[in-house]
Amino acid sequence: MATSTDTSAPEATQAPVKAIEGRSLGRIAWTRLKRDKAAMTGGVVVILLILMAVFAPLIVGWLGHPPNEFHQDNTLLAPELGGLPRGDFLFFENSGISGDFLFGLEPQNGRDLFSEIVYGARVSLLIAFLATLVSVVIGSTLGVIAGFFGGFVDTVISRLMDIFLAFPLLLFAIALVGVLPDRAFGLSGNSLRIALLIFIIGFFNWPYMARIVRGQTLSLREREFVDAARSLGARGPYIIVKEMLPNLVAPILVYATLLIPTNVLFEAALSFLGVGVQRQVVGEPGVTWGGLLADAARNYTVPHFMFFPGMAIFITVLAFNLFGDGLRDALDPKSKR
Amino acid sequence: MVTYIIRRTLGALLILFVVSLATFLIFFGLPRLAGATPETFAARYVGKTADAQTQQMYAEKLGFYDPLYEQYGRWIGAVFTGTEYDYGTGVEQCEAPCFGYSFRTNQPVWEDLLDRLPVTGSLALGASIIWLLTGVAVGVLSALRRGSFFDRAAMTGALAGVSLPPYFTGLMFLYFFSYKMGVTAPGASYTPFADDPAEWAYNLILPWITLALLNAAAYARFTRAGMLDTMGEDFVRTARAKGLTEGVVVTKHGLRAALTPIITIFGMDVGLLLGGAILTESTFSLKGLGYFAIDAIGKQDFPQIMGVTMFAAFFVVVANLIVDLLYAVVDPRVRLS
Repeated sequence: MATSTDTSAPEATQAPVKAIEGRSLGRIAWTRLKRDKAAMTGGVVVILLILMAVFAPLIVGWLGHPPNEFHQDNTLLAPELGGLPRGDFLFFENSGISGDFLFGLEPQNGRDLFSEIVYGARVSLLIAFLATLVSVVIGSTLGVIAGFFGGFVDTVISRLMDIFLAFPLLLFAIALVGVLPDRAFGLSGNSLRIALLIFIIGFFNWPYMARIVRGQTLSLREREFVDAARSLGARGPYIIVKEMLPNLVAPILVYATLLIPTNVLFEAALSFLGVGVQRQVVGEPGVTWGGLLADAARNYTVPHFMFFPGMAIFITVLAFNLFGDGLRDALDPKSKR
Repeated sequence: MVTYIIRRTLGALLILFVVSLATFLIFFGLPRLAGATPETFAARYVGKTADAQTQQMYAEKLGFYDPLYEQYGRWIGAVFTGTEYDYGTGVEQCEAPCFGYSFRTNQPVWEDLLDRLPVTGSLALGASIIWLLTGVAVGVLSALRRGSFFDRAAMTGALAGVSLPPYFTGLMFLYFFSYKMGVTAPGASYTPFADDPAEWAYNLILPWITLALLNAAAYARFTRAGMLDTMGEDFVRTARAKGLTEGVVVTKHGLRAALTPIITIFGMDVGLLLGGAILTESTFSLKGLGYFAIDAIGKQDFPQIMGVTMFAAFFVVVANLIVDLLYAVVDPRVRLS
């Protein structure tokens, strides 16, 4: 209960009222996001990873050795131990970690693990981003169509989603990559593989996206502003693009951000199983974190070899997840954390 | 209820049919587009060194000159009635259900699949029990003590858990527990439960934990979100107002409602797992269905790839069907809609 003096206070003594400023959804979300420390940390790590991928040659030139260079002399590798690197660092036995080789050496061939990790970000992020784009395009197009038109179209698209979700995804992707030729569509070698991986990973993930967009579209379709647009004479395509899409941007953005880490894991899994991007001796090295882990599995007595690629995957996925979770909370007006 | 069961079963059969058709087209149709000829298909069975005449003879015998729909018809027919394969030097019987015949191993694929199923089944059984119990327990406790230290620690751990690739955790486990401390089985060994239950569990403990960790983290997140939703519902307030003890309110009202969607996901996850826990099996060299699939793909053994994919899809579809039917039993609204 306010006291009587408060209510009777003359208006002149009140502090000047600040001009009321209209805040857009984006602005509100940004203010919320800035306050979320975990999400901001995730975001910063994501940006650093992207920079690392883009400037890989510069970073490696400055802090490491070219990723395809072998370092096999006896001062670095121990022939009596079957080619394991010389030198321990903390609990990383036989890692060869030093100021010269920050993450140590690969057993047997003596490649610089630090450089390989840096280059691994390229393949990982390229495939994850573009595959997400493929899923977003297919998923939101079909999702909007299914939700907006309903009826028969909706039934067909929904059944299609059921069928896709019944496929044993990973198994199918491996089989598909394994069965395709070395040369097709005017591409060959790793460029063909990267294109295929982007397409396959993206193509299998669209139903999740479509499901979310369909649900959102279904509820938007019944809203007053859509009725208003329709009564003013707007037609389907106009309503979808001008009325629905702006309202769908937020959920699409959130799920795209959360799809990226899934795709990072998917690509890493395929590489771990040996059907990802292949290692090259010359040119772009085609190093993958998953591929490094597969090699590490054969050298399981030297922990540094599995630790660094594994942590690279873990940190990347965690950073995207943190950022995605934060973005979802920031964009969701009902969120209460 | 009967019409609902019939409708759902027919739907499941339709999905299986489409999956089998798509799988067949990918392995026997897609390579054609990429330039494979009936002779190159035959070469997969008789070896690339065979002369052109032999290859043609086998292409004829195995029916690779026939139109694709006839080949598919034969494949699907064999599943129900069995078939014979004439490969020149003798005739091989493949009894129903014939999921193809591998000319590489001279075995019907079905027998291989049955051999591998116990390994994958044991892995899935143990892991799913662990992850369901821990995931749900952690999720419920987190939701009930929202904002507490336990909640924050558990949710941070869960986020880290979903960001960890299982093959990385598996390798680290192998390094620490098998190589360094020597307290667990080094993998690559499976003892049937009937032979020695203790040995069976001892050999599987690391794969179980590896597989369970990932899913437990995801389930903890689901459960917490679900519990937070249901505990805020009116019926929970009513239950409290009736004077029920908090324990009854949480377990009989809150958890019961929150568990329904979890059971759906659980059914699908277990179904997916029975088709082969590819990553866990290959990390620990467990000779289950996933390992079999990777091996078949690596050796380009098409009948095996086709068989194992269909087997895996079958489990996913059946699991979905069971979940749907259980849902209808629990919630009358489902079967009436």
